[in-house]
Amino acid sequence: MARLTINGKSLDLKVDPSTPLLWAIREQAGLTGTKYGCGVAMCGSCTVHLDGKAVRSCVVPVSVAEGKQVTTIEGLASGSTLHKVQKAWVDLDVPQCGYCQAGMIMAVAALLKDKPKPTDADIDAGITNICRCGTFQQVREAIHAAAKA
Amino acid sequence: MINTPKINRRSFVIGTAAVGAGLTLGLKIPFGASVVRAQDGSPEINAWVVIRPDDTVVVRVARSEMGQGTITGLAQMVAEELEADWSKVTTEYPTPGQSVARKRPWGNFSTGGSRGIRESNEYVRKGGATARVMLVQAAANAWGVPATECTAANSVITHKPTGRTITYGKVAEAAAKLTPPAEVALKDPKEWKLIGKSIKRLDTIDKVTGAQVYGFDLKLPGMLNAAIKECPVFGGKVKSFEAAKVASMPGVKHVVPVGDSAVAVVAETWWEAKKALDALPIVWDEGPNAKVSSATIADTLKEGLDAEQAFVRTNVGDAKGTFAGAVKKVEAVYAYPFQNHAPMEPMNATAKYTADKCEVWVPTQNGEAAFAATLAASGLPADKCEVYKINLGGGFGRRGAFHDYVTQAVRIAKQVPGTPVKLLWSREEDMVQGRYHPVMQAKMRGGLDANGNLVALHMRLSGQSILAAVFPQNLQDGRDNATFQGVDPSGDFTLGYTVPNLLIDHAMRNTHVPPGFWRGVNINQNAIFLECFMDELAAAAGQDALEFRRKLMSKHPKHLAVLNAVADRAGWGKAAPAGVHRGLAHMMAFGSYVAACAEVSVTGDKVKVRRIICATDPGYAVNPAQIERQIAGSFVYGLSAVFMEECTVKNGAIEQTNFNTYDSMKIAQMPKVESIIMPSGGFWGGVGEPTICVAAPAVLNAMARATGKRVRTFPLKNHGYTMV
Repeated sequence: MARLTINGKSLDLKVDPSTPLLWAIREQAGLTGTKYGCGVAMCGSCTVHLDGKAVRSCVVPVSVAEGKQVTTIEGLASGSTLHKVQKAWVDLDVPQCGYCQAGMIMAVAALLKDKPKPTDADIDAGITNICRCGTFQQVREAIHAAAKA
Repeated sequence: MINTPKINRRSFVIGTAAVGAGLTLGLKIPFGASVVRAQDGSPEINAWVVIRPDDTVVVRVARSEMGQGTITGLAQMVAEELEADWSKVTTEYPTPGQSVARKRPWGNFSTGGSRGIRESNEYVRKGGATARVMLVQAAANAWGVPATECTAANSVITHKPTGRTITYGKVAEAAAKLTPPAEVALKDPKEWKLIGKSIKRLDTIDKVTGAQVYGFDLKLPGMLNAAIKECPVFGGKVKSFEAAKVASMPGVKHVVPVGDSAVAVVAETWWEAKKALDALPIVWDEGPNAKVSSATIADTLKEGLDAEQAFVRTNVGDAKGTFAGAVKKVEAVYAYPFQNHAPMEPMNATAKYTADKCEVWVPTQNGEAAFAATLAASGLPADKCEVYKINLGGGFGRRGAFHDYVTQAVRIAKQVPGTPVKLLWSREEDMVQGRYHPVMQAKMRGGLDANGNLVALHMRLSGQSILAAVFPQNLQDGRDNATFQGVDPSGDFTLGYTVPNLLIDHAMRNTHVPPGFWRGVNINQNAIFLECFMDELAAAAGQDALEFRRKLMSKHPKHLAVLNAVADRAGWGKAAPAGVHRGLAHMMAFGSYVAACAEVSVTGDKVKVRRIICATDPGYAVNPAQIERQIAGSFVYGLSAVFMEECTVKNGAIEQTNFNTYDSMKIAQMPKVESIIMPSGGFWGGVGEPTICVAAPAVLNAMARATGKRVRTFPLKNHGYTMV
């Protein structure tokens, strides 16, 4: 058993505390917006926020997340109002297949918290997610647009 | 939402799968005077277009959306002829089982070869036009006026003399009962209002909120999860496994053989299944392929470079003799590795089997091929099988011709009858059980005369054939024409040069590593071989790379036009900024003419691709904004491949198991991509793949100019180069 707070909701989950947070989010909490891409923290598809910081949830054990605020893509918007990063993504038609985009958006949302007006160099250093469709040109444009919003 | 195909609904379906196109495709379109009723009583006829009472227009799309934007593009084409209000357009997938039961009204489901729009443009437009004619007729009948007095626009029909109007939703049921017209005229491209516009995609919102359901996200009541391991040596088998060792691990329900080459653990959750699978002792019978390595494969290909026998694709004049007597001879050997697709969503499929029914939910590029795999693996007839297409987290060819994961899922589900089982591959399984970009070498020989003119060219390919492995029935006298993509004598992959003595042939050297279609597939290496060698020839002739090419392109004006476009935009011939070097490449692929000019800086072994200008002439550009995205995205796939990606073989198995050894570009490495979309009209070329092939040779040619060194084997990481 583990108690996790995901998107503001406290949940008692029947899960081994050594289980990666990714799988607890998906398979116990039932939130499937967070994706599995590699399982070894290389691709960033599983990025969520832990107390507001971006983490790759495929290598974070549930035990580490206990007592912290977990935010997933489903919890990024405020009710029906999209987060400014999501809005920029919609405005600029960023996603292609979309599979990596939840992780990308979560990584960008965390970056903008630290650096509200990121330079291209900040983006290069801060966003290391893999996107096989290759949306990077639109991602960069949308990050700058979100920063201005 | 497009992920939940629903045919039985309270809405009206207008049969519009154009008869003429159906005949062209050899399809039988079962139109009839009587309206087929769905279970809920709604009238149904085979259909591309569904119009609900609230005026929602549902466009049925047989091709799969995997990020390339095809559902938006195809819907634009239907809506154009339908005169639909775009704000009310949505899409859905028909199911392959229904398609088979109705004698294929939607035609081909295959989504590969950049064919989504270029192959189906005519019949989907006719689908829209047919529906419009029927809706207008229904309105005219209701008003008791001639249809010729009525017009349609924005989903509203207007009776011109009286100004009366009615919306599509109000006449849909009456329209569904009409006999479709035998012939419909399509608009002149000059009249297009939606085609050619950069309309936003229809499927974005759910991708930014986490709501979109991919195959990997599917949830069914009572569903179990499976993890699988197949013998890592291709062709090997399972000798034994000790299920008892993991049977009591948390969540584990079943440990089952899958065919004779794989074992799966079925558990309550996938993580539990994977943990048990990792702990499961499996003994493999690896077979003779365990002796194969990258080195032995390379030797086999090397032998083919000078082999006597080869399949000849093009033989003009006397290339060998002219080369032998040429004033200047240039020769170079290139090699291109195995590469994996590695879509972000690993392979998966969910299957539910009972003696009476086998259902599969799968992200697939080809619903019908998934259906065929379901039939074969279940042993059930077509009327007892169904496949539901779910959104794809990337495809790139891995999910098109191959449905090994569907076969596996059904085989597992058969051992747990009545329970839906979702099979998900680990990334490691995805990396070692690929259907790889074929391995290929090329010996390029070019002969120049005293004036530096190219008088002979021999391109000898040696390597794997995809068709021999996948569709041997498509070989022509043993020859795999797909090997020659981009260097064909005519058609959608036409070579853009005229060389008086030209020989292009292929020594087929197949390996035990299964090859597959891969974004662009053979245009990738053919463009590198040809366009890098063209630069080598130009250098040997002491000529400018652009001028050298232009002399050979007078009979290929469309190739030349895109090449000129990128050269002009880049300012080719004028000095580049200090430390910046330029390179060019062009090709025709999948019916489109494409070219690139790359600007690159090299510092030591650090390569910065600063900017790539790309031009494409796809004939018609349905949605320019989406084409721009496909260009930039294809460059990420193509440049990742040439810089970073290689699957090596050791003891018969692929060595790379995850993104730590099989890397992919990040945003920091992304060049600025400038697109020139220059549709010249009159033909329909592809978009998703063609441009991928010009990025690599343009960059390589720029690098050669920057370093004075020509790299001929890939990926570039093997030479110490990294992309910064």
